[in-house]
Amino acid sequence: MCAAPDQSVTLPAGTDLTKETVLAGRVLASGSPVAGAFVRLLDGTGEFTAEVVASASGDFRFFAAPGTWTLRALSRSGNGEAVLTADGPGLHTTELAVA
Amino acid sequence: MSRQDVLVTADWAEKNLGTDGIVFVEVDEDTTAYDGGHLPGAVKINWTTELQDPVRRDIVNKEQFEQLLSSKGIADDDLVVLYGGNNNWFAAYAYWEFKLYGHEGVKLLDGGRKKWELDGRTLTTDEVSRPSTSYTAKDADLTIRAFRDEVIDSIGAKNLVDVRSPDEFSGKILAPAHLPQEQSQRPGHIPTAINVPWSKAANEDGTFKSDDDLRELYGEAGLDGSRPTIAYCRIGERSSHTWVVLRELLGHSDVKNYDGSWTEYGSLIGVPIELGTGAR
Repeated sequence: MCAAPDQSVTLPAGTDLTKETVLAGRVLASGSPVAGAFVRLLDGTGEFTAEVVASASGDFRFFAAPGTWTLRALSRSGNGEAVLTADGPGLHTTELAVA
Repeated sequence: MSRQDVLVTADWAEKNLGTDGIVFVEVDEDTTAYDGGHLPGAVKINWTTELQDPVRRDIVNKEQFEQLLSSKGIADDDLVVLYGGNNNWFAAYAYWEFKLYGHEGVKLLDGGRKKWELDGRTLTTDEVSRPSTSYTAKDADLTIRAFRDEVIDSIGAKNLVDVRSPDEFSGKILAPAHLPQEQSQRPGHIPTAINVPWSKAANEDGTFKSDDDLRELYGEAGLDGSRPTIAYCRIGERSSHTWVVLRELLGHSDVKNYDGSWTEYGSLIGVPIELGTGAR
């Protein structure tokens, strides 16, 4: 499995949302998608967990576990954070604004 | 070794693009990043298909490494500057493999692609071709590579550093959180391993932390610098990042990368596995 899978809103075939906890979203600057932002997933203690590069449409996703997560984006358009709580398996989404 | 023997800054790299005797190499698992824009003059190496044997699970052998570097136009006495995405994971793995096969002049671009992009520095899609060379590698230096039996014998005897995320270490998940969770192995970690995620050694922009910060990090985690150390992760690339830190930046003398890592260890029959947060 690749370490840099294609980031898109369409989940890979075989993703079982009754078992997997997927965190997904879009990086936005003044409402417009930011391509190529570095999106970092931090756990409840602020510990780095994973990082992906947002797609051309600003989309990102992580396969995680239930819990409260912080998403932090770094980009040429600025940085930003959002908190996302996943209470169980399924698709959990958020917008992530940078400025 | 000191920091300037191991790393180059983005400023240095920018000034030395196109210099004779210096070859920039982008290393990734997925070369679409390179194809979408790379450092001017840089060649690409595909981690999956070029640094590993295409059939057996192993790194390329000496002859394959010689063929690879010859085909990329890299000579024995070239200074190779490696960089890549994923905070230089795969570039660090390539660095370890270059050292394994005795290439002396190899450095990492501190911060890799991420810092280069965040700085807004030049990327180009221009095709790069270098005349092929006749590269000669040295025999593999196995003082920097650990195999599974040595890892099992090291439990309680050597420093074992598990550089995966805390949830992978404790057994909550099997792969980093940006990947689908493969289910081929048992979760957990090697007993007595300390958990120092690779990411603690890096700043947010992908650069390595200062030597003082790094010494403090591993000191607080209980790493005994007087004992041999084996670093591991899931497939051996994140542990290469920590291998660079411990052996190359901090100068610990006996540090090995266990490239079989958890995908091998967690699949072995009968080996001890510990769950939870571990002793520390």
